[in-house]
Amino acid sequence: MSKRVGLEASFAAAEAARMADVDVIAAYPITPQTHIPERLAEMVADGELNAAYIPVESEHSALSACLGAAAVGARTFTATAGQGLELMHEVVYIASSMRYPIVMTVCNRALSAPLSVWGDHSDAMAVRDTGWIQVFCQNNQEAFDMTLWAFRVGEDSRVLLPVMVHFDGFHLSHVTEPVILPEQKEVDRFLPRFQYPFALDPDKPMTHGAFGPPEIYSEAKIAQEVAFRKSKDVIIQEFKEFGDIFGRYYHLVESYRTEGAKMLLLTMGSFSETAKIAIDTKKNKGESIGLISLRLWRPFPFEELRQAVKNAETLIVFDRCISFGGPGGPVSSEIRSALYNEKERPKVVSFIGGLGGRDMAVKDFEYVIDRGREIAEKGSKELFEIVGVRGKVTGIRG
Amino acid sequence: MAELLEVRWHGRGGLGAVTSAELVARAAISEGKYAQSFPSFGPERRGAPVLAFLRVSDEFIRTRTAIYEPDVVAVLDPGLLHAVDVTAGLKENGKIIINSRKSPAELKSEFGYKWPVAAVNATRIARETIGVPITNTAMIGALLKVTEAVKLDSVVEQLHERFGTRAKGNIEAMKRAYMETVIKE
Repeated sequence: MSKRVGLEASFAAAEAARMADVDVIAAYPITPQTHIPERLAEMVADGELNAAYIPVESEHSALSACLGAAAVGARTFTATAGQGLELMHEVVYIASSMRYPIVMTVCNRALSAPLSVWGDHSDAMAVRDTGWIQVFCQNNQEAFDMTLWAFRVGEDSRVLLPVMVHFDGFHLSHVTEPVILPEQKEVDRFLPRFQYPFALDPDKPMTHGAFGPPEIYSEAKIAQEVAFRKSKDVIIQEFKEFGDIFGRYYHLVESYRTEGAKMLLLTMGSFSETAKIAIDTKKNKGESIGLISLRLWRPFPFEELRQAVKNAETLIVFDRCISFGGPGGPVSSEIRSALYNEKERPKVVSFIGGLGGRDMAVKDFEYVIDRGREIAEKGSKELFEIVGVRGKVTGIRG
Repeated sequence: MAELLEVRWHGRGGLGAVTSAELVARAAISEGKYAQSFPSFGPERRGAPVLAFLRVSDEFIRTRTAIYEPDVVAVLDPGLLHAVDVTAGLKENGKIIINSRKSPAELKSEFGYKWPVAAVNATRIARETIGVPITNTAMIGALLKVTEAVKLDSVVEQLHERFGTRAKGNIEAMKRAYMETVIKE
């Protein structure tokens, strides 16, 4: 029997790693991710999980240790947040380029300065182009589900890529809410033992991550890009497989009450749930509005996004990160690029909010919808607006 | 039970406000309800005023913001009444629960509260049952006297799970506070 318990998203992720029977965990504690390595270290110490827990001196070392473990074919897990992910940065590229299916939880956190331990998506956006499959979670159940799913997708012999599971620091990591934990045998059915086809073995010597002179570097990179894009088919297939076993079906792009809606709001992560309440309120007043939430961030779900927004006149994109000097929030830039060559496409309006843990209440999303409509009708000189900021902001010009 | 019950706990770092909220949330979840509990996000220091939040509902809870308009506020340390406005945003028909030696009538007139006040000497109960002035489990008893968030027995189960051999004193603290809480409408 599966059981329904109250868990923080952090503990849900740790539980998923335990049920995935990981072989190696290397992590360095950082707020708001701390509860994940703490819980896993406890499980290993108590004998609940037969794994090597490698305490390291930094995040750079954490992911480097994961590379070594993954190279010999171990199922490998780590977790970090904010500055920790930044310190890891160079190794983040290496993990994907060496095709190691490491799974990493990121409890999304703002980047300093000013020093902030609170949540936004700046850390996630800074690793956008690193070649990791990346998904965002809306609630703690998804934190569990996506972690389990991440191992299955990454380890698929057609994929062999690392997967990052993003969930909002504090807003999920520290919130206790119901999570359904499956039976171990269901997990084992979904996630068989991992056989890394290129595991280092002294009897069959091989080199990983060799020197790449100009004659080979382009070929290596395009091979990586092609494999990365192709992973989308496996991602879709494994969402289906996950649903068939556990009864919860996920999609690359999630739609909420979008039927016939002329205006759509697009969000990522746990704030999508609060935004849904604003959608309900607006719909009850007869407004033509719906919500799109991106689950898959990389590889970017082009077709699914175009399909989801094809009948909309206005698309309001809500970002939780600033791209300094750029054309708008990083998500809104991506959306504009994805839609630019379409004959018919919605007007894209860009908002940024929820930075460094700033709360976004239902009324704030209602404001975004109202103001978004106004901007779509009358235009604005500013490339984006920032929600709830004190003082008047001008000069965000392109 | 109301559609959605929102409780804001006022404590000090170390008094266990976050644990109170979490124990009730887990008890509600064990009853098949939906619940959320969370701390005021950020670094916390022992002794500093802290907040914890609790939502309980029969329906899936979507909202992911702090609680700005609580149905109930629970104050774990009476000293906080002079330090922070514990009634900020409290709903018209809200309720205040206070750990205090004073009677609810005295508290009402002292602070001029327009809401019903429930009072219990949780510090004394905690000292007598668990031997330390950690009032969080006693205050759960007071909460359950004032609302029907969850059944006492469901919390008892959670206390066993959380405190193991130390559960007994905490269970007694909760039950005594449940009995001794006095409400002044």
